[in-house]
Parts: sequence; C-alpha cells; structure tokens
Amino acid sequence: MAFNKEKFIKYILTVFALSSLFFLFLIFAFILIEGLPLFLKVGFKNIIFGFKWAPTKGSFGIFPMIVSSFLVTFGALIVGGPLGLSCAVYLAEYSGKRMKMLLKPALELLAGIPSVVYGFLGVIYIVPLVRNYLGGSGFSLISTSVILGVMILPTIISISFDAIMSVPRTYREGSLAMGATKWQTIYKVVIPSARSGIMAGFILGMGRAIGETMAVIMIAGNALKIPTSLLDPLRTLTGNIALELAYATGDHRLGLFSTGVVLLVIIMALNYIANFGIKKKRLK
Amino acid sequence: MDVKIRLENLKASYNEQEVLKGITIDVYKNMITGFMGPSGSGKSTIISILNRMMEFEDGIRIEGKILFDGFDLTKTISSVELRKRVGTVFAVPIPLPRSIYENIAYGPRLNRINDREKLDQIVINSLKNAFLWDEVKDRLNTSALKLSGGQQQRLCLARTLALHPEIILLDEPCSGLDPISTAKIEDALSELKKDYTIILVSNNTKQIARISDYSAFFYMGELIEYGNTEDLFTNPRIKKTDDYISGKFG
Repeated sequence: MAFNKEKFIKYILTVFALSSLFFLFLIFAFILIEGLPLFLKVGFKNIIFGFKWAPTKGSFGIFPMIVSSFLVTFGALIVGGPLGLSCAVYLAEYSGKRMKMLLKPALELLAGIPSVVYGFLGVIYIVPLVRNYLGGSGFSLISTSVILGVMILPTIISISFDAIMSVPRTYREGSLAMGATKWQTIYKVVIPSARSGIMAGFILGMGRAIGETMAVIMIAGNALKIPTSLLDPLRTLTGNIALELAYATGDHRLGLFSTGVVLLVIIMALNYIANFGIKKKRLK
Repeated sequence: MDVKIRLENLKASYNEQEVLKGITIDVYKNMITGFMGPSGSGKSTIISILNRMMEFEDGIRIEGKILFDGFDLTKTISSVELRKRVGTVFAVPIPLPRSIYENIAYGPRLNRINDREKLDQIVINSLKNAFLWDEVKDRLNTSALKLSGGQQQRLCLARTLALHPEIILLDEPCSGLDPISTAKIEDALSELKKDYTIILVSNNTKQIARISDYSAFFYMGELIEYGNTEDLFTNPRIKKTDDYISGKFG
C-alpha cells in the first residue's frame, strides 16, 4: 500500500514536471505556426535583411530592429557587465557577513522591481539627463542601455557570484601561499577559474536584456531605423510586437509573429551558449 | 646548529577553545624537523601560524612569540612578504588550472620576474630539485591538472622552491600518495635540506623516523617531547610518546 502511494506521488510529480516542457512546446508551436507562413510567403531574406517595415504595404523588413536589439543588449552589457562582476567579486571575496546580508536581499529586490518602474524612472530621470547634457531627444540608445544595464545586474551578479564561490578554496590557498596578494589571487586565479560561469552570467544577462519590453518601449524612442549614434532613438524586436499587436490584422499581425520567431531563435541561441557551449568548455 | 625558528610560549584558540597551550620549540636551520601527533594535536595550527594563513580564519586568537632568525616579524613584515620566505606545500596537491610551466612561473612572475630566460632557468631548476624534471620535461606546456597525484604534489613542491624561500612547511604532503610517490618526495626533501629549513607535518611516524633529523610529538595542543629523531624513536623519555610511535594510539 505504502509502496503504491510512493509510486503515485512520483507519477503525479513527473506529470507536473513535464507540464512545463509541454507549455514550452505549446509556445513554440503557436509562434511557429503563426509566424512561419509569412516567411514562406515574403521570403526569409526580405524579412530578416529587409530595411523597410511597412506591414500594411507589404514590407516586413525587421533588420533595423534586429540590429537595434543587439545594440541595446551590448550596451546593457557594457554598463552592467563590469558593474555586476565587480559587485560579485566584492560580495564573494571582500564583504563581511553583515554586508553580505545587506547586499543579497537588496539584489533580490532589484530583480523584483517591475520593469515598468525602471521604464518610468528612465523617462523621468535618464531621458531628460541625456537630452540636457548630451543632446537629442533623450529617447535613445544610451538611455536604454543604461536602464537595461541596471536591470540585468541581478542576473549577472548572482551567477558570477556562484561561479566565484565555487572556485575551490585550495586554489586561493595555493596562490596566497606563494606570496600573492589577495587581489593578485583574485585576478590571476579566481576570476580565470570562474570564467565560464561568469560568461554564462553575462550571456543570460544578455538574454534578459534582449527580451525586455516594457522599459525599452518607454525610453527607446521606437524609431524605425538603424541608430547611427548613441543619441539616436531605436526600436527593438520586442518593442515592435508590443507596440503594434493591439491594432494589427491580417499580414501585419503575421509579421509581428515573424518578429517573435526571430526573437525566439536569438534567445534560444543565447541560452544554448550559456548552458551547453560554456559548460562543455569547462569539462576540458 | 643555528636556530631558524623559535616559538616561545605560543598559544592559540579558535572561538575560545584552546588549540595550542603554550608551545616552546627551537627549529634548527638546514634540518628536517618532523611534527607528529594525532589529529587535534595542534601541529597544523602551528603551520598556519608560521605562514600566517590563519589570518583567513575567523575567530582565532594567538599569543606568544614567533622568532625567525631571532627576529619577531609579526609587525615588521607583511603576510605577503613573509609567505615568500616561508613556503608551504599542502596536504592535497592542487596545482593552479594552468600549464606545468605557468604553475611554477606563477610565484616568480608575482615578483616581477618576466625575463623568459630567467624564468626558464627557475622552472628547470625547481623541477629538477623536486625530482620531477625527467617526467615532465617534454610537456611543460600541458595542463598541470593532467599530472598524477604524486606528480602534482612534486609540482606543488617545485612551485614553492621557485620562490627561493628560507623555510619550507609541508603539511602532511604524502597523506594521499602511493609509496613510490612518497619515496620520491622524501628523496627530494633529503636533498633540499642542504639549502632550506624544512618542517614536515605527518601522521606517518615511520616517515618522520625515516627522513627527519629532529622530531616533535604533539598531543592535545601541547609539545610532549622534542629531540633528535634517533633518540626520540629508540629511547623516548615520556610514555605517551612511546605509546604513539609504537602505534598504541593515533
């Protein structure tokens, strides 16, 4: 009797666990079914490398948005990467217990702030700051990068922190015993040993940045062109879907699903690199 | 015989629990001094006090004097400087995840030795002195993690030698090694004592008897007996020592 109950629980849990896989499959199927027909009709090249987005007139080029999405993502990484890594190193190597107890919940809170709040703060503070001191409208690549850079901090910090903490204590001792200072030990031994984990943190941070929508719509300016300077407005893939879905019909609607397909592929690729590409390297 | 290290009434406690209860001992220059005793006897604590690795532990308190060549360096020399003079080989040999060459060049590079020829010379000499050269001379650029356990431990010895310390501390260096690897380390140490002062911590009383010149027996944070290895092993003055070296407890 007890044995059967055990089996039953295991069975139920398996079903629940697999359901998440099922949802993922549903999302995939849904987006592909809706998004692929337009690719076949208009052609991959005309969508992915097309410069003109005029969905009501039969032009579905999303190349500027792909470029823009990558630009804000790298911008976010430039802002958030060094900041996040420094914070992770401080937390793992320098901070005392008390500081750790203060910083870790603060970071979790940072991760929990809704993105609309980030966008709001961006509009109120960052955008005017950029407009007044750097020029342009303020709704720009640089404003978006700064806000996204802050938004991806928790991801980068927590994953880099775990990677640094998992470097064996004996590596540190070996280095210190050879007369290395703490900082020498960190940058010659600890960070190189944790490199794959830190890279994974950066890439997952990129995934978060490229998928972010609300904050981006609010501060990016959403112009339909490839930005030529840090002060130019831009529109990302996510922004495109969110802005137009409400009123899109027919091929226009399908065009937005095609945007979704491209976004999905990019995010899958990033996750794949973070999970498998890097881990494999670590095993060598 | 010159005294290299003198401990005077050295006391240490972890979180109020006393682990060293007043150790006084002279360690002689160019000798191998064996520290033995069951676990909890305090011998490893002495090592981490000598190389100041204990400063990374929380809640440790130390009293007493530690003299190197008659000088108390506690206030005059930074821990980083001190560790260049007092090298350590740990129980578990963990090379850095780099090539064999870079593992040994690591210490000299920290001291701003970047000249390739000089580095080559240091690497070659250190490997030879650690009795490892013949086994690795054709693959200096392969990862040190690919070496066997015994080879890794000799690599750790070699990288310590590359710093030209005055004192080498070995904290149970052969505890995880097979007899052949152990013999190679022992051979290397017997050669090295010409140039270095060596302290060998070991649970293996036979190893202490084989290669150390002086032996110290610690028990529960106290130095029970200390003297010439031959005398101590053939004619221990204290019964506890006799019981330990004859294997009645351990």
